[in-house]
Amino acid sequence: MTVDMSQFYETFFDEAMELLAEKERLLLNINVSAPDTEELNAIFRTAHSIKGGAATFGFVDITEMTHVLESLLDRIRKGEITLTADHVDAFLAAKDVLTMLIDGHRHGSAVEHDLVAEVSKRLNLLSAQESQPVQDTVAAVEATPPPVVHVAPSTPLAAGMHQYTVTLPVTPQRDVEALVTELGLMGDVKSSALANGGTQFVLITENSADDIFAICSFVVDIDALKIEEVHAEPAAVTVAEAPPVPETKPEPLPPASIAEPAVAAPLSASPQRRETDKAGANNAEASSIRVSIDKVDQLINFVGELVITQAMIDQRIAVLDPMLYENLLNSVSQLARNTRDLQESVMSIRMMPMDYVFSRFPRMVRDLAGKLGKKIDFITEGAATELDKGLIEHIVDPLNHLVRNSVDHGIETPEIRRAAGKPETGKLTLSAAHQGGNIVIEVRDDGAGLNRERILQKARQQGIPVSETMPDEDVWQLIFAPGFSTAEMVTDVSGRGVGMDVVKRNISAMGGAVDIRSSRGNGSTMRISLPLTLAILDGMSVKVGAEVYIVPLAYVIESLQPETTKLKEVAGQGRLIEVRGEYLPLIYLHEQFSIPDHCGKPEEGIVVILSVDDKKAALLVDSLVGQQQVVVKNLESNFRKVSGISGATILGDGGVSLILDVAALIRTLG
Amino acid sequence: MQAGGMNNTGEANSQTQEFLAFTLGAEEYGIDILKVQELRSYEAPTRIANVPDFIKGVINLRGLIIPIVDMRIKFGLGVPSYGDNTVVVILNFRGRIVGMVVDSVSDVTTLTPEQIRPSPPKAGSLDGSCLIGLGALDERMLILIDIEKLMTGPEMGLVE
Repeated sequence: MTVDMSQFYETFFDEAMELLAEKERLLLNINVSAPDTEELNAIFRTAHSIKGGAATFGFVDITEMTHVLESLLDRIRKGEITLTADHVDAFLAAKDVLTMLIDGHRHGSAVEHDLVAEVSKRLNLLSAQESQPVQDTVAAVEATPPPVVHVAPSTPLAAGMHQYTVTLPVTPQRDVEALVTELGLMGDVKSSALANGGTQFVLITENSADDIFAICSFVVDIDALKIEEVHAEPAAVTVAEAPPVPETKPEPLPPASIAEPAVAAPLSASPQRRETDKAGANNAEASSIRVSIDKVDQLINFVGELVITQAMIDQRIAVLDPMLYENLLNSVSQLARNTRDLQESVMSIRMMPMDYVFSRFPRMVRDLAGKLGKKIDFITEGAATELDKGLIEHIVDPLNHLVRNSVDHGIETPEIRRAAGKPETGKLTLSAAHQGGNIVIEVRDDGAGLNRERILQKARQQGIPVSETMPDEDVWQLIFAPGFSTAEMVTDVSGRGVGMDVVKRNISAMGGAVDIRSSRGNGSTMRISLPLTLAILDGMSVKVGAEVYIVPLAYVIESLQPETTKLKEVAGQGRLIEVRGEYLPLIYLHEQFSIPDHCGKPEEGIVVILSVDDKKAALLVDSLVGQQQVVVKNLESNFRKVSGISGATILGDGGVSLILDVAALIRTLG
Repeated sequence: MQAGGMNNTGEANSQTQEFLAFTLGAEEYGIDILKVQELRSYEAPTRIANVPDFIKGVINLRGLIIPIVDMRIKFGLGVPSYGDNTVVVILNFRGRIVGMVVDSVSDVTTLTPEQIRPSPPKAGSLDGSCLIGLGALDERMLILIDIEKLMTGPEMGLVE
């Protein structure tokens, strides 16, 4: 039976995308003048892992590109080439090309081969440029005595460091080299051949013998492996001196040898730093697992069911005599607490950190600022704040737009900023924080701020009713009107395509709101507030006849008892109701849903005033039942879309109640 | 689809196939047992507005919202009365779950290919394309329905 490799493609694509994102993050953080060795190694590893995967699945184009990239990175991390800003730019370009290639394989999207060739050429050129002076140093290194020198330690080991001798059985040379590289990440390593064909390493590290065991176990049979800790007994052992400069073996970059670098990485970071970095990386690897969203949703369903069962038990035991059944009642209340905790934990599985969204912005801001000749300090706050997965996917586009707007129109060019007495470098902050049951995301800049006069002027041109005395908040909301743009010119970056109206509409669709604070000359803040999850909503239950419906509270402004005198029938416009001088269309819910046995006259019922995107309407129902949080269930999974209904929920008694699609109800009014 | 349904159980049990037999009015029907998830007693569903009358509404099946279809109304057979003895057959096909109200469920019968006769072009209000055949079992005659095809067909209006 042949294995169909294509079933693993998705995993490879997912992993490659994650690695590329990681690589980009590392590249953006790296200090070009004094790059951290550990970071360079990490960047190298991302390229190396992608290459390995791509080669396994036969994606030749990805393999080739990563190979060129990896070669250059390998030489940089070994100190043969000094990292420059050009390199970082080229690596970022390569990341984009790789993303494009992966998308090409994954979704069949178009691949710009010219761009691939260009970036590949650029990387090759960078390798070639630097190789001459490097060859000289290599020659110099070669001229010095053999690199592996055994000497007695002239100084005692630093505190917390251990020295081990690791004795390997007969092992292929390439495995030994791979081990040297791996162990080199832990500390300082020297290898020497033994008479019996085996190999001995001398390793100085902070890690324990177990860690060394773990690493070696990938390569050699651990039964044949011998690791001994050597205590400071200068006479008994031979220790390699920490090399002051990286030992570079001359390597004219033969393609095949790059994957197995034969020398230890240079030691520039302090051991302390190394330890924490490594621990961090290990944690990130081991602390998450990939689970399909279906499984999570199934779990959430089961827990929802448990909560309902719990509610039923509560109802049944409420009639029992508390004296007689004290133990039972205590146990049930304990069960109720456990159930609630379980529900909270399960709901939190769907939550993802905002970092998932935020991580794409540093690159975007960097590129945009470069294009526009602006200097911007980009800061993210609260990247660990969690939000429902469903919402996270929908928040990307609106945020993208707001950030672009801030870079393009908010933050001024260095000259203007200098003239205004502000620091040349603008500050753009993206932050997320929990506030009650909501998450608040802010895009904050210290740029020019919104121009009240220009917005009012533009609004008048577009025939939007405005007055000079309008409060600032109302003026700022005008920029969300469709087709409204105050940009003096349409730039490549913003002022075209989706407008602020789309931002507002997308956020409203998620049940959120966006508001603006701005001060002329001091910058502006766009503040998005969203419910934490789409899976739960605050609802108002209303009753018509014998049926109970849920109205999402986010759309409800108020409810009131209508007076006969306020009801009007207008030819062509249907029924209207006057609410504080405003005439709103009146929707009879019993007519919409053909509900029998409703309470006949409007004045005997209640009207609920609803608002969606500034359109208002009044909904007539028999009575209000109450207000509660409900778990939203999809009707379409086993049935189909029903007009006027956005979903369903399960009530405490196990029955089903339908959630009104308020936006659709209002749309039917035309 | 017909052939596919037959093969599911066919190979292992020397070509025989199991059917759940149920009655609607005076007629007896059979459906592939593998499409049946469970049997439940009827509980009043939540009505959905503006759908055909044979869709009784939706119920909560252990956290899932599933539609309930009354086949007696759909086929115009028998009297649609609801009590403790009314049976709902929970069907599971193509990842969808649908509840189907019938008069009563009799048993699970095993039919050999010889016992399955070709179907007439039309049986009652049932379109022939949704029929697998007629199952002859001693004195009984089962109308074998391809329930998946019937439920996902356009006239049921259950699937978009």
